Amino acid sequence: MNIDSQTDAFRHVQTAHCENGVTTALLRYHGLEFMTEPLAFGMGSGLFYIQIPFLTVNNGPAISFRTMPGAIFKRTCKSLGVEVTRKKFSNVTAAEAFLDQKVKEGVPVGCQVGVFHLTYFPKEYRFHFNAHNLIVFGQEDDQYMISDPVMEDVTTLSKADLTRVRFAQGPLAPKGHIYFPERVKPVTEDVIRQGIVKGIRRNVRDMLRIPGNFAGVDGIRHTSGHIRKWRDKLGLKKASLYLGQIVRMQEEIGTGGGGFRFLYGAFLEEAAAYMQDDRLSNISEDFTKAGDMWRASAIKMAGVYKGRLTEQKDFEEIADMLLDIRLVEKEAFQKLSGLNLGK
Amino acid sequence: MKKEDLPQDPGALDKFTREVCYVKNQDGKYETALSRGWEVKKQALDSAWDDVNERIEDARQAVARGEKSPVHYFMELRLMDLPVLSGYTGFFPFFIKRHLKPSVFKDLSDRKLEKYARAFDISVSELKNFKG
Repeated sequence: MNIDSQTDAFRHVQTAHCENGVTTALLRYHGLEFMTEPLAFGMGSGLFYIQIPFLTVNNGPAISFRTMPGAIFKRTCKSLGVEVTRKKFSNVTAAEAFLDQKVKEGVPVGCQVGVFHLTYFPKEYRFHFNAHNLIVFGQEDDQYMISDPVMEDVTTLSKADLTRVRFAQGPLAPKGHIYFPERVKPVTEDVIRQGIVKGIRRNVRDMLRIPGNFAGVDGIRHTSGHIRKWRDKLGLKKASLYLGQIVRMQEEIGTGGGGFRFLYGAFLEEAAAYMQDDRLSNISEDFTKAGDMWRASAIKMAGVYKGRLTEQKDFEEIADMLLDIRLVEKEAFQKLSGLNLGK
Repeated sequence: MKKEDLPQDPGALDKFTREVCYVKNQDGKYETALSRGWEVKKQALDSAWDDVNERIEDARQAVARGEKSPVHYFMELRLMDLPVLSGYTGFFPFFIKRHLKPSVFKDLSDRKLEKYARAFDISVSELKNFKG
């Protein structure tokens, strides 16, 4: 492999979250060496909270701790003036042909996939979740070279297996979704700073000013209200499964709600250096605190699904913990909102 | 979270990969570290699987008692719900609900059975002849 220029060799990047990882690795491949996971996450305004009404996932509440799939890549590239190609397919053969063409050209591409049929994942993790992301960066014999950002190392998938996960069905069906940066120009520090400011402002808007009571910081209160009622309404068994689902949404591979708060803290720390602004690193501490509080609430919830905690007062305590988290996050975003970052 | 507090509890991922986490180092700065897993997570996953297995067993018994069609059992076995199965078969959830009744299921055409069998990764005869 020719490694004369940075853009010739694809380098695998392991990250806490799949879409950040795909964004980071693809942009670095195209020469934007400064890109890091926290920066991609922050510029893409990745932090969010929503309990989606009337929707259940794996027979439990549908809660997301991050913005909608695809948005982080799209926004981060847009901020940096990177042109992006994205395609979805109704026809499986056309989807395979397009991917093969790109692989032949030596272009690493991002693919949205379902995890249920992802053969290299341990079986325990394979639920029907269709917004996982990975990079295809080559082919050897009949095996595609796969860089899955949640993995320590690169892996492979056969053609049949890759097609199967690209055409997983159900909510958020990927429909062969494929995406990659098309033209990447050199990026100045000024553009990075503008991207940071824009990312923060959009995140403030999403968390503080989104209409309705089930999303943004108010969404946390919404869930808290539900938790108070679950034990009476659903019975202890189902209620504890629901709490387990919150913890899985929050902590498991590629979703990481508590982890996202630390990631946002890391972003603000990086942002403080770019912006030469210590106020950002102070607010970073608030997100660290929020992340720690999410983890503490998960420990408490674990007490319920392990069957150690069974009383209504335990549910009340968990609900109260979420209200405290909401306050911390709300204040942190209000502080961010109040900063005059210029531009 | 401080780096020294990062849990290293072996879980389902242990032989597969470690996870990247963002933690505070001794200087109070963020850095990444790898975690083998966290007991709290592992138990959440275990309890989800206990529930799945229980649902599969309930479904099996319901088919054996003649209350539900094999579609119900295989739907649970493959961890599907109505929207997911609807995606894989192209049937509207309303029709799938009808197909869960043994009386409706026994009159399904082979073409429809074929769609279910493909979604479940089994043969048509396995689907037809599943007795619980």
